[in-house]
Amino acid sequence: MSGHDHPSLSDVELRVRSLESLLVEKGLVDPAALDVLIDTYETKVGPRNGARVVARAWTDSGYREWLLADAGAAIASFGFRGRQGEDMRVLENTERVHNMVVCTLCSCYPWPVLGLPPVWYKSAPYRAKAVRDPRGVLADFGVELPAETEVRVWDSTSELRYLVLPRRPPGTEGMSEEALAALVTRDSMIGVGLARAPEPGSPG
Amino acid sequence: MNGGHDLGGMHGFGPVTPEPDEPVFHHGWERRAFALTLACGFLGRWNLDMSRHARERIPPPRYLDASYYEIWLEGLRTLLVERALLSAAELETGRPEGPPTDDPRVPGPDAVPGILERGGSARADDAPARFRVGERVRVRNRHPLGHTRAPRYVRGRAGIIECRHGTYVFPDTHAHGEGPQPQPLYSVRFSGAELWGKDGDPGSAVYVDLWEGYLEAIPAR
Repeated sequence: MSGHDHPSLSDVELRVRSLESLLVEKGLVDPAALDVLIDTYETKVGPRNGARVVARAWTDSGYREWLLADAGAAIASFGFRGRQGEDMRVLENTERVHNMVVCTLCSCYPWPVLGLPPVWYKSAPYRAKAVRDPRGVLADFGVELPAETEVRVWDSTSELRYLVLPRRPPGTEGMSEEALAALVTRDSMIGVGLARAPEPGSPG
Repeated sequence: MNGGHDLGGMHGFGPVTPEPDEPVFHHGWERRAFALTLACGFLGRWNLDMSRHARERIPPPRYLDASYYEIWLEGLRTLLVERALLSAAELETGRPEGPPTDDPRVPGPDAVPGILERGGSARADDAPARFRVGERVRVRNRHPLGHTRAPRYVRGRAGIIECRHGTYVFPDTHAHGEGPQPQPLYSVRFSGAELWGKDGDPGSAVYVDLWEGYLEAIPAR
């Protein structure tokens, strides 16, 4: 390897650095465009977007119906749209049915509402196990569902992207949309978790 | 292809281990590898199916040993050479040969938000669908050498058409430069018992998005 000039850099760091400078010298990428891409997904687009959608669906039954019937349009009404969320479907969790989303073949994930996927979502243990043993996966996340709840696993093999609409936690009657959004976790919108219960005595 | 990427149902990887308060990127190079992959994709020299196929061609031992962005980086290097944006020698030495491109399609920072917001739907004009909702179908038992989005664990298995999504670009041709050739796309429901037999969870089902060409009718008895 040719890392003598940079003893602290790993092979992969060197390969990325070398590729970036080569592509910039060739005029194939603009480094300022790279910075915008990184900033977008590191600071602007993330699961708080999805949480706002969920909280709206919990408080506005008309919106919930729209979201379940035409997810793309209902989500785009917040301005969340585009790459890796062009065609959306929302799956509603109920007392009887719990939905969980995976991509066994790669890492398909609804970027406009959840941002980039966490490492575990892209890794072999989840991709291998979710379709074969979904309750075992839920146990890995500390979640146990009643035996009579049907678990539906959605393998994102096409360009459809799935967002889970988690159940609204009990004891949240009268809470504001904003306060409800704070209870909506990323994992609950993938279907490996539940929405958080409100803190006792927390303001609506 | 039956590559290292087709993981559904495998044993031996251990439990899923979520990381509390996980950052979006874990290393500086991951940020750059991610952004380089998207930015090079903007040049329009390949499509998403070609990107996926470049990654799944990584030999299984390496694929399973690599981190996620290492897989992206290797897929990107493959595509850059295959689509003649870089030569193998340039990639090896890191030194450019010849003058820089004056391709006006290289987006600057101001163009990026619009490109991301537009995205690129794979949906095409509706075509007549062969199967109806509620119909039982079987996934054809095919093992193509090329790209496919029919995972191994459903091949040969019977399921029920849950819904019709519309008509979408067909990845198996699109990944190989043979055009979008759109086909009807279905959500197909498979019971845990159908997929995994007695080792399956009887209270679970798996829904897989499958193109019409992956499916065959089950003759009525």
